[in-house]
Amino acid sequence: MSAATAPVDQRVERAWNALAAVEDPEIPGLHLVDLGIIRFIHAQLDGTLLVGLSPTYTGCPATDVIRSSVADALASAGIADVMITEVLSPAWTSDWITAEGRRQLASVGIVPPARATTLRDLMHESRPIACPRCMSLDTETVSEFGSTPCKALHRCRACLEPFEYFKCI
Amino acid sequence: MSATAVSPETNPLCRYVLRLGDLSLVLGQRLGEWVGHAPALEEDLGLANIALDLIGQARLFLSYAGELEGRGRGEDEIAFLREHGEYLNAILAEQPNGDFGQTIVRQVLIDAFQLEIFERLTKSSDQRLADIAAKAVKETRYHLRYSGGWLVRLGDGTVESHARVQAALDRLWPYSVELFADDELDRLMAEQGVAPRLADVQSAWSARIDKLLKEATLVRPRDRPHAWHGKRGQHSEHLGYLLAEMQHLQRTYPGARW
Repeated sequence: MSAATAPVDQRVERAWNALAAVEDPEIPGLHLVDLGIIRFIHAQLDGTLLVGLSPTYTGCPATDVIRSSVADALASAGIADVMITEVLSPAWTSDWITAEGRRQLASVGIVPPARATTLRDLMHESRPIACPRCMSLDTETVSEFGSTPCKALHRCRACLEPFEYFKCI
Repeated sequence: MSATAVSPETNPLCRYVLRLGDLSLVLGQRLGEWVGHAPALEEDLGLANIALDLIGQARLFLSYAGELEGRGRGEDEIAFLREHGEYLNAILAEQPNGDFGQTIVRQVLIDAFQLEIFERLTKSSDQRLADIAAKAVKETRYHLRYSGGWLVRLGDGTVESHARVQAALDRLWPYSVELFADDELDRLMAEQGVAPRLADVQSAWSARIDKLLKEATLVRPRDRPHAWHGKRGQHSEHLGYLLAEMQHLQRTYPGARW
């Protein structure tokens, strides 16, 4: 049975399975599905499979790479007639990172974002961020921006090690 | 190619979207000049990341402007192949970087403006603008946290840093007038529920800026009338040099792709 004639829901499920292993190009170990940026996969009446992708930041240079890794993963799973569309609204929020995604971030030494993004959190982030190495709460922000737009640079005053924090947005 | 600006009579929304997009584009290009030259690695990363966000926002606005214009021009043609007089950014954005303090002052003034504009545009009667604003506003809050944090550190820092940012503030302040000076296009957009009234934006901006200046121990310069025409396509000489660098590749190798 060819991909185009497979029952609709089966194609969608196969597509989700095909994307499950795709990692973020800039944070190896973090899966795109767990980052929460694959918004939907719909089978359309004309037979195409519509995949909705959201950028984390509008200027994130990884967006184009992510798009092509999604297309490649679907193609190598034998899923044809795919259309990838950009979804801006509602805007992606770090609250959509799954529990598994937070675990993946922590496992590569990046502190997962604070929960429940509110305006207050963003403007005066008062809650202390614990050092991923020694768990001390005596930490400071070095820069609001790190090696990628989604991360900030912090430093632990107790063990003196620098670390990255995935920003709450 | 010769590209004619869309006249406000034929498509006011397109022209309004260009104003928003050009402000982000020109400021993003300016910040990009710091890459490799910032005072510390963290600031190099910070300014480059803000530049990326601004250029990302510009892409969204300019693509939309291209669709509204309906002549088949995409984001690249609009960004790289227009003439000097077709850019509709307020001229504050094109002012030179100066020292780090001057860059920070320019950034604070525009970040706070964009924050107020984008927050209100999320309720725009134009759904596409509302969607772009909802995305952009979240990034802009981080931009202001960065620039506002530096304004306070420099203003409330050493005698030297205080004197430099106060001088930058005195120099750039007059340009901020243009951000809020409304013309027939701004008023039309506000009447249609597309954009907020600039008077409302100004009072919110002003309160936010006053709070920051107080914390930074800086003196707010007096408002003076200032002839502004950037939003109408009349720019300072600085924009020409900026465009020469930004457009060089597309002008030399038309249609070149990354």
